[in-house]
Amino acid sequence: MTVDALPVPGPLLEARSIDRSYGRTQALRAASLAVTAGEVLAIMGPSGSGKSTLLHCLAGIFTPDAGEVWFDGRRLDLLSDARRSELRRTAFGFVFQFGQLVPELTAADNVALPLLLGKARRKPAYRRAAELLRRLELAELSGRRTGELSGGQAQRVAIARALVTRPKVIFADEPTGALDSLTGEKVMELLVGLARQEGTTVIVVTHDARVAACADREVMVRDGKVTDPYATDPYAAGAVR
Amino acid sequence: MTVPLALLGLLDREPSYGYDLKRAYDTYFGRGRPLPFGQVYSTLGRLARDGKVTAGQSEPGDGPDRKRYAITTLGKQEVEAWLAEPVAAEPFLQTVLFTKVVLALMLGHDAQGYLDTQRATHMRRMRELSEIKRGGALVDTLLADHALFHLEADLRWIDVTTARLGALAEMVRQP
Repeated sequence: MTVDALPVPGPLLEARSIDRSYGRTQALRAASLAVTAGEVLAIMGPSGSGKSTLLHCLAGIFTPDAGEVWFDGRRLDLLSDARRSELRRTAFGFVFQFGQLVPELTAADNVALPLLLGKARRKPAYRRAAELLRRLELAELSGRRTGELSGGQAQRVAIARALVTRPKVIFADEPTGALDSLTGEKVMELLVGLARQEGTTVIVVTHDARVAACADREVMVRDGKVTDPYATDPYAAGAVR
Repeated sequence: MTVPLALLGLLDREPSYGYDLKRAYDTYFGRGRPLPFGQVYSTLGRLARDGKVTAGQSEPGDGPDRKRYAITTLGKQEVEAWLAEPVAAEPFLQTVLFTKVVLALMLGHDAQGYLDTQRATHMRRMRELSEIKRGGALVDTLLADHALFHLEADLRWIDVTTARLGALAEMVRQP
C-alpha cells in the first residue's frame, strides 16, 4: 500500500471533508478539522450532532464513507484494520465515560495492562503504572480493585491507563459525564495537566462548557458539520493557547 | 450599592479604622479592583451621617490622625436585612442577547453567526477564568466559579436559541 506523506510541518491529526452515515442517517457531512501536536481541543455540540462519530473517525475506530483522515503524515483511513488497531494500541489512548476498566483487576493491573498486552516487560510496566498513579494522586489505591473505586477515582485510573503507553493523542469521550461538577473538574484538571507535561495531544468530546474551558480551543459540531468559531471571531487572533 | 453594605458588614465584625477596612475589603471583595481611599472615607462619612456608623475621636497613628469606626444598631439592622434578602435573579445578559438575536432576524442579518461569535466570546472568558482557578487562592477560585456558572447558563441559552432559530425567524418575520 502506498502511504502519502504530509508536507511538514502540518497538523498532527486532520479530517478532510469526511462523511459518515449510519444506514440512512448521515452523521457527518464534509466535516473538516485539524489538530496541532500538543493541543488540547474540545469538540462540542448537541446530542446526535455527530461529535462522537467525528472522534471515532479521527481515532481510526470508524472509517469515513468519504474524505480523508491524516495522522502524523499518514492516511489513517487507508490503513488495514490490523494497522489501525496497532496504531490505536501504540499511538492513541482512550478515556470514555465509564466501563473501560476491568473491575476485578487492581488499579495498577489496569494501568499496566496496555503495556503488558504490547509485550512490555512486567517490572518496567508496573513501574510506569505506579509513576502515573502517583501523579494522579492515586498511589495509595494502586492495589485496590477498580470495581471498589469511586467514579472519580476510576476515571483517574482510566486516564493513567490511557497515558501509560506514552501515546501521541488521547481521545476522551465525555470523560466527566458521569461525575459531579467538582469531581469532574478535578479529573479534567489532572487529564489536561498530565497531558501537557507529557506533550500529549488531547481531543475531548463534551457537552459541558466548563470542561471545554479547560481546552486550548473548541469547535462545534452541528448537523454533522464542524464550525470553528475562531475562524470568524475577530478577537480570537492569537488567542489560542 | 454593595460597597457601603460590605463596609457595614466588616464593621459588624469589629470596629475598624478606614485603612483596615479598605485592606479587608480589597482582600475579600476587591479582586484586582482595590477600593480607592477617597471612596472608603466618603462612604464612611455618608454612613455616619445616616446614623449607621459612629466615628470615634481622632487618634494619632504612624501617619495622619485616624478615626475608629463602629457600627450602630441601625447599621446592624441594615446588614441583617440585606443578608436575608435574596439577590434579584435578573436575566440581565440574556435580554441583551435576545434583543440582538430578534433584531438580527428582523433585519435579515446573520443571527447564527452572531450567536456563534457570542459563544466564542463566552468560551474565551471561561478559559481565562479556568486559568485563574488553576493555582489560585480559594477566594479567587470561588469568585471565578460564580462567573463560570453564569457564563455557562448563558451558553445553554445560546445553544437552545440556536436550535430554535428557524422557528424564531419564522415568528419575527410575520407581518
